[in-house]
Amino acid sequence: MTTLEPAVAADRPPGPRPPAKRNRRSWTGWGFIGPFVAVFALVFLAPIAYSIYLSLFRDQLIGGTQFVGLDNYTQALEDDRFWDSLIRVSLFLVVQVPIMLGIALLIALALDSGRLYGKDFFRITIFLPYAVPAVVATLMWGFMYGTRYGLVGDINDAFGVTLPDPLSADLVLASIGNIVTWEFVGYNMLIFYSALRVIPHSLYEAAEIDGAGQFRVITAIKLPAIRGALVIATIFSIIGSFQLFNEPNILRQLARNAITTDYTPNFYTYSLSFNGQQQNYSAAVAIIMGLITMVIAYIVQLRGMRKGA
Amino acid sequence: MSTPLTAAAKTPTAPAAGSGKGTPRLRTPRKKHTPGRPKRSVLLTVLTGLMLLYTVVPLIWLVISATKTQEGLADSSGLWFADDFALFSNISDTFTYNDGIFTRWLLNTLLYVVLGAGGATFLAILGGYALAKFDFPGKRGVFATVIGAVAVPGTALAVPTFLMFSKMGLTDTPWAVILPSLVSPFGLYLMWVFATEAIPAELLEAARVDGASEARTFFQVALPLLAPGIVTVLLFTTVATWNNYFLPLIMLKDPDWYPLTLGLSAWNSQAETIGGDVIFNLVITGSLLTIVPLIAAFLLLQKYWQSGLAAGSVKE
Repeated sequence: MTTLEPAVAADRPPGPRPPAKRNRRSWTGWGFIGPFVAVFALVFLAPIAYSIYLSLFRDQLIGGTQFVGLDNYTQALEDDRFWDSLIRVSLFLVVQVPIMLGIALLIALALDSGRLYGKDFFRITIFLPYAVPAVVATLMWGFMYGTRYGLVGDINDAFGVTLPDPLSADLVLASIGNIVTWEFVGYNMLIFYSALRVIPHSLYEAAEIDGAGQFRVITAIKLPAIRGALVIATIFSIIGSFQLFNEPNILRQLARNAITTDYTPNFYTYSLSFNGQQQNYSAAVAIIMGLITMVIAYIVQLRGMRKGA
Repeated sequence: MSTPLTAAAKTPTAPAAGSGKGTPRLRTPRKKHTPGRPKRSVLLTVLTGLMLLYTVVPLIWLVISATKTQEGLADSSGLWFADDFALFSNISDTFTYNDGIFTRWLLNTLLYVVLGAGGATFLAILGGYALAKFDFPGKRGVFATVIGAVAVPGTALAVPTFLMFSKMGLTDTPWAVILPSLVSPFGLYLMWVFATEAIPAELLEAARVDGASEARTFFQVALPLLAPGIVTVLLFTTVATWNNYFLPLIMLKDPDWYPLTLGLSAWNSQAETIGGDVIFNLVITGSLLTIVPLIAAFLLLQKYWQSGLAAGSVKE
């Protein structure tokens, strides 16, 4: 929050301002932010409050809806289906996110190095999958994964090999990881690239005078300079992994046995609400996931900002 | 709640992806043989080219497959054309299948984009302008809450929002999709950074001294200066709304209100139901038709959104 100060202070004209005027302006600000805050309260704050309220009740056969305190939470913490799904997305997180961000960073560094032919073409093309809906991306890859009609089938036919089925229970998580990587690698690349672009050129000149090589320039100047962007991208990716839903939900149409309705925590809360009619319990699971996500995002941010600062 | 706040506030550059043409020339001009203008490398280009291949192969597959009939899809190799070229019949079939439901989905998507993304952009402009240029009671609270909300898994909200909306009788109506789309914390953040940079306080003061009302000052002085930022936010909220799947999946039962994403998924799963019509060729052609407008928008508006993002990211 401290960094907010300069921005806020900068647009205030120097010198004291008449108190009456400041007062008038202060409420004018609400005239502009008011509509946003009103809708925000309706679609963000009210649902959060409502879901906390819901999570404290339970629908019982005898006695109808009853206040049960934190029972739903203790039930969730002992729920194997919840833990299995959480472990699954955690595995996804520790494997997919580093691969995706690593590739994005390498491409951003390559673009920024000025050593590429056709740099603009690379940048815009690799970014394009961001504009493809998750539904379409999953449908495309799902078709291509097919061992009979898809590309995997073509490779099998062409080379007379039998590749493992990407939609089998063992491989489907990796296949989902590939789809997510495809969708977001370019987006993260653009975040890193734009952070690299604003590094002052004078730093490179200084490094050259000191005789630093390419590798040294990257580790000593570029990476520290874009640490903020790296942290932000990591946090967004963590949130994305924990929220995983669209890809498994659509891929399930092709891999019904490999992807269960409790495949990810989010899928689980969705199934509880809409197939199981257990809305109260579902709300508790959703809140626990929200808390876990925020705690981990917070830890990443603290560590990321401290490192080498 | 306020978790990523400090991270976000410390690095206004970060989510502001993109750069390029509009960036103030921090690293040019360059002299030859300085580290700023190294020799181009074929090896590095080839390696990056592999990544490019990974990006475009699925898209090429989609374009080629959209030219095939249902039989052609099964018989031919994925990366080359089948004997018959059926793109145009596929396109007309996509639009006419089931009494032209695809057209209806397209119009629904446009409705959600115009009202949802358009509304979200408008609210973000007003809000960002207020945060950047006004001092008002509760400003910090507003900012902290909104930025903190980015960390709340959107999907964790979906179920309670559904239950709340169903009590209010909003589910299965377009409002159930439009209302939640109206809030874009990322858009607000971007407009706040952008308005701070782009609108000189003296200009606003001058307009006020001349006796212009606050509304007139906003529309005639501030709004034109915000144009590149507006295009950027509009593009990103459009992508978010156009590509939305989870929210409409939860909120809508009636296929007449489906957006394209939900409709395509329904067509795809239709093959599984007993006696269901297998129309993968239409799923594929429909997918292609769904992504073409967005890709075209990104390519055509490149200059605007990249300069919008770049201006937001230069904050020394």
